[in-house]
Parts: sequence; C-alpha cells; structure tokens
Amino acid sequence: MNDAVWVLTLAAAVSAGTPLVFAAVGEILAEKSGVLNLGVEGMMLLGAVTAFLAAAASGSPLVGLLAGTLAGGGLAVVHAFLSVTMRANQIVSGLALVIFGTGLATFLGNPIEGDPLKPGIVDLRIPILADIPVVGRILFDQDPLVYASWLVVALAAFYMTRTRTGLALRACGESPETADAMGLSVARLRYVHVIVGGLLAGAGGAYQILARVPSWSGAGTTAGIGWIALALVVFAAWRPWRALLGAYLFGAALAANFALQAAGVDAIPAEFLSMLPYLLTILVLVILSASSARKRLGAPAALGVPYAREER
Amino acid sequence: MPDSPPAVAPAIEARGVSKAFPGVVANAGVDLRVKKGEVHAILGENGAGKSTLASILAGLYRPDEGEVRVNGEPAHFGSPRDALARGVGMVYQHFRLVERFTVAENVVLGDPHQPLLLSTRRAEKTVAELGEKYGLPVNPRARVEDLSVGEEQRVEIVKMLYRGADVLILDEPTAVLTPQEAENLFETVNAMAAEGKSVIFISHKLSEVLAVSQHVTVMRDGHVVARAETASSDRRSLARAMVGRDVDLSVQRAEEAPGEPLLVLEGLNVAGEGDTVPLRDVSLEVRAGEVVGVAGVSGNGQRSLAEVAAGMRTPTSGRVVVRGVDTTGKGPTAARRAGLAYVPEDRLGTGLAPSLSISENLLLTHPRPFFLKRKQMEATAREAIKQFEIRAPGPDAATRGLSGGNAQKALLARELSDGPEVIVVASPTRGLDVGATQAVREILDRRRRAGCAILLISEDLDEVRSLSDRILVLYEGRIVHETSGEEANVEDLGLAMAGSSEH
Repeated sequence: MNDAVWVLTLAAAVSAGTPLVFAAVGEILAEKSGVLNLGVEGMMLLGAVTAFLAAAASGSPLVGLLAGTLAGGGLAVVHAFLSVTMRANQIVSGLALVIFGTGLATFLGNPIEGDPLKPGIVDLRIPILADIPVVGRILFDQDPLVYASWLVVALAAFYMTRTRTGLALRACGESPETADAMGLSVARLRYVHVIVGGLLAGAGGAYQILARVPSWSGAGTTAGIGWIALALVVFAAWRPWRALLGAYLFGAALAANFALQAAGVDAIPAEFLSMLPYLLTILVLVILSASSARKRLGAPAALGVPYAREER
Repeated sequence: MPDSPPAVAPAIEARGVSKAFPGVVANAGVDLRVKKGEVHAILGENGAGKSTLASILAGLYRPDEGEVRVNGEPAHFGSPRDALARGVGMVYQHFRLVERFTVAENVVLGDPHQPLLLSTRRAEKTVAELGEKYGLPVNPRARVEDLSVGEEQRVEIVKMLYRGADVLILDEPTAVLTPQEAENLFETVNAMAAEGKSVIFISHKLSEVLAVSQHVTVMRDGHVVARAETASSDRRSLARAMVGRDVDLSVQRAEEAPGEPLLVLEGLNVAGEGDTVPLRDVSLEVRAGEVVGVAGVSGNGQRSLAEVAAGMRTPTSGRVVVRGVDTTGKGPTAARRAGLAYVPEDRLGTGLAPSLSISENLLLTHPRPFFLKRKQMEATAREAIKQFEIRAPGPDAATRGLSGGNAQKALLARELSDGPEVIVVASPTRGLDVGATQAVREILDRRRRAGCAILLISEDLDEVRSLSDRILVLYEGRIVHETSGEEANVEDLGLAMAGSSEH
C-alpha cells in the first residue's frame, strides 16, 4: 500500500460523501413530492445513535444499520403528520425535528459518549475492479454501504423518471391539484416519500457512526452534514446522479483537512480547512437562493406548500 | 319532478343536490338532467353555483343532500378518481396540468392502466388519434409550459377523452380563448356530441350558450331558475332569468370629440421581469373625454403596460407623460401627483389592503396627516359608500369580506376621490356579475363625460368593446392593431389577438 496522498484523499472523500448520498437522495424524494424536510440533521443524528446502540447490543453492524434507518423513518413520520395531515408550516416543523432529534439523540447517547464501537463495517474489496490503478483504490476498495449507496442512487433515478409512481411523485410536487384531479392521493404520496426520505437519512446517520467516526460524540457525530445534504439537494438540482457527484465534492472538502495536513501543508490553519464544507454550503445556497435560479434549476413548483382540496 | 320518467336514462343527472359552504348556500335543491349526445349549457352569473354543481358532478365536492346519477345508476363519488372511473371528466377553469411534463406524461398521469414501468408511446399515439378525430391538434411530446393557453385547454380535453370520459364538463372554457379559438372549441364540442358524448358547458356568456348548446339550465343564487331548449329560447328571456331583472348592457361611447392628449406614452420598451412580458416600442395617447381600450389575450404585456403607465415600473427607454408632466420612472406617487389614478386588475392584492376597513383603504393614497382623524375618515367612507352604492355592513367592514363588485366600487371610490384626469384601469369588471358590471361601466362612462382620459386594459373583448372609443391590440408586448370603437369587429380583433401578421 503505497498509494499517493491524493489517491487516499479521494478515497476518503468517497467515504465521507456517502452519508450525504443517502441523506440527499432521501431528501430529493421528499422534496419531489412537495414536502421540504429541513429535519435531516435531526434524523441523521437519531439514526446514528440508534445504530450505535443496536449494533453494540447485538454485535452486528447490519442490525445497527437497520435500526438507524428505521429511527430516521420514525422521526420522518412526525414531519409527515405535521406537514401533510396538519398542514403545518414545513420550515417550522422541519426545524422542530432537528431540535427534537438532536435532543433525543443526545439524551440516548449520553451513556455511550466516547465509547468505541466494536463491530464496525468491514471494507469489501471488489476483485478485479479494485485492481484498476487509482480508480480501483478510490471507488472499489470501500465498504459495502458505499456500493449500496450507488444502488440507491440508481434506483431513485430510475424510479423517478421511468415508473408510473415516479411520475405521480413528480406531479405531486409540481402541481398537487393536478395529481388530485387525476385521481392520485396527494397525502399518501407525500407520506410515503417523506418517510422513505427519513429512512435514507437514518441510514446516512447510521453509516456515519458505523463507518466514519470512531465513537459517539453527541451532535458532533454528524457535525452538520444534514445541513450540507440539504444544500446538496439544491446543488444537484433534485437529480440523484448529480447528488452523488456533489456528495463526493463535499466529501472531498470534508477530507481535505486531513489530506493537506498529511501532505505537510500547514500554510492554512486546520481550523480554516474544517470550515471548508460549510463555506461551500453557504456559497451554494447563496448562489441558488435567487428564486429565478430555483426555477431554472427545477425546484418542484409546489415545494413547501401544504395541499388542501379547495373547499372555498 | 314534473317530467315523466324518460325512456332512456340521462347520461348524468343531479337530483335535489344541495351544498353549503360556511356562510353561503352554493346549491339548493338543484336538478339537472343531461342526455347522451347533447350539449347542455349551464348559464348563470358569478356566484350562481355553476362551478359548485360541476365540482359535485366531477367528484371534487360531496353534496350535502341529493344524489348524482350516471346512466340512471346512483353514483357516490368520493373523489375525482371515482367520477373518472364512471366516465365523468371535468376541464377546470384553472387547468390541472403539470407544466413541466410533456403532453403525453400529463395524459397518462394517474391512469390506472399504465404499467408500472412508464410507457408513453401508446399515449402519444392515442393523443394523436383523438386530436385527429375531434379537431384537437396537440403535439404529444411538447412540454405543457411551452404551449399557449388554447393548446393547454386542448390537452385537458384530450386527457379526459383518453381516460374514457363520456360526460365532459367544461367550466367557463372560453374565458381564456380568442374568438377564433372559441369557434374551434365549439366545433370540437359538437364533434364530441355527435360521437355520443355528453358535454356540460358552463358559461355566463349568453351568446356562447346560444351558439353551442341544445339545452340550457339557468342558475341563480344556487337555484335552477329556468330550463329550456336553446333553439326555442331567446336572449332576453335567458338574460332575465339569469339576472333576475331586465338588463341594459348596451355599448357606450363618447358623444363629443376628444380634447387634449392627457396621457402620452412614447416608444416604451420595458424589460420582462419574472412572469411579466416585456413591452416593445409601445406608443399611444389618450385624450380628454376618450376611452382607449387595449385588448389582448392574457400575458401579452398588459400588466407591464399598466404598471409602466402608473409609474410602478421603469421603462428601459421611452417616456410617460401625464398632463404634460414627464413621470417616467418617477414612481407611482409622482404619477398620482400629476393627476393619474390607477385601478389595478388584482383588486384585493394590489388595489386594496384586504384586512383593512373601507375607511382605512380610502385613506391609503393620502397618508397624511400623521394622526388619523377617525370621525372624518368615517364620514368620507359613508359618503363613498352612498355615492358608489357599495353594499357593505359599514365603513369599518374589512374589504376582504366584500363581494368582487363591491370591492371594485370601493377601489374606484378611492382612486377617483381626487378627481384624477387620467385613469388607468385593468380589467375593471373581471369576475363581476352583470349588475356590478353595469355599475362599474357607468362610473367610468361618467368620468369620460367629465373629460377624463381613460386607458382601459383588459383581456375581455366584450369589456373593451363596450366602452372604448378606440381599440388597440397588444400582442407579445407590441401594439399590432388599431381601430376605432365603432368599426371594430370581433373577427379582426381576434385575429390580431392571436398574432396574425396581416395587421
């Protein structure tokens, strides 16, 4: 193993970007149905702590992953109920979800703070492909969840563009009146996709603790990547494949700190490098927040708007 | 029921249907029977309950009382899906289309027969066939956002036919069409009826109802007030049934020659912004005692024109002169000081503050002095209510609660209170019933006689023709046609509105 630092950095970027892939694809599905769920960070944290507890108790990282995934989905049910059934303001509800999820996760994680997690996820080297120079090391010498995230992206992209329900999903986010008039259940579509979004965010959180960070460290476990995932959705223009690329770009920003230090570059203080992904997030959001840009990028037209059949 | 039981059950039928919304009874014991293969018009003013009835037939609302029958069988629709499954489809006034989808995607949306893996090929073929058969040409691969309003309506109809609708409900279908497009629609409607489909044609326009339907049901205040065979009924009796009294909506024009030009727009170019259409080299003048009407299909620059004239928008080039004062880009207050009043189309959005009272709204253009004089405000409001015949609980009533006609009168009361010499009005009678329309037209006509210069911008050709001494047609931000009010004929205007280049 004598790979160059930059190859190792890119490999680390893929791994660092993987929680973002899960969370962003999940958020894309929710937003495509017209529901903005700002609670990603809360769902990821709850997913992470649940994954830790389940994995530690069962000794199986797979059980941990499943538990974390379900925890994220469970929290999303709350958001779906508030924003679809109660037609609450989605921004307020989403922020509440972050606060609630963070609080609950911190509470649950109190006893395990700092404990190392024994059964982590083991890398799975894909034969032949991993032997390709450079690319092999970056892409095919990773853990199974990295490969699973590609599957999720591919499935989401196919589902959205090529299936009947995917069409219904997009209609629901673009024009719920039309979906309703054409005999589709807007509420059901929104519930399902918000919950699936939560499951994926939970999976992202689980991945973070199972494969990325050495131990539970409260809100620092996810360190704001839920917010990055939200920015990523806009950056990716609600397209799963672009979200994958974007996730790796942000992953590179997250991994750059380590790489530059390893390479002996100390002209920039490490603290500044740690800010990089967040600065990138702010930059992306500032550029994209102009409403004209939003429209051009293809934000679902009814995003964030509760739907009620018009009863005057 | 006075009728004897028919040999063949009606294609769709409403029996004693009632529906109440908080504060309004929208339908009270409505009976409607529509035979197979007939075009049945429902005629009535705004608020007569036509759309509510249609929404009940189409499964969007559930009736409080009464029932709907399809082919003689009772139907309990819980949603539009149930209605579609029984062959009842509705084309809403505001289209139910996903702008970003292609025509074919819109057509297959929600189709239960569509396989899980999307396939629009069959839909594309069917759309083309249906288009051929009923004279509804649409390109199945076009994106809806790129289509004209008329084309979008065709997509809506094709969509319902694709889903196997045998009863088609068209809610005010001509409101968005040019006269020629309306002609084409009538042909399509007849073609569908000839194929054995039933069409329910909802309208408040008598001439259309007379032109297209075999039967007509007239509604007023939630009740059915008349039923007739169209061929044996006349305009006057239908109008009386609809309004409940005799109406006079004759055309009014200036009797004296117009005087000095009071509003002059010179070579205006305005950039498009957001949803508004840019203006290109628009010049016009409006003289004292003259109404100049600007016609055009919605979204051809009307809003830019109104706003630039009222000083709310700055042109990239050109001048706006109000009574000799150049007000170009100096803001609405400067235009107002120069003697211009602006009555925007969007009454409760731009025109009035909906949660403020009538007296407060009247004050909005004179935010002086700093301290409000309640008594004086109230007296002014009472005077306005009397003079403009505003039906309201009192000067403290929030304008939100006023009907469209009364809100419009309140807005006019404010805008005309300073005795402006130049008035810019946009679609002043849009959405108003016949009585209120008449009142608003009279108010404007009186101002014309008093020597005001009025620029009337409207998408409703009837409205433009009823008042204007000169008519201009706006198409894609340009003035493409000009005619005097007397010589104007619907065909030429319609062609110009559709962008025909002969003009």
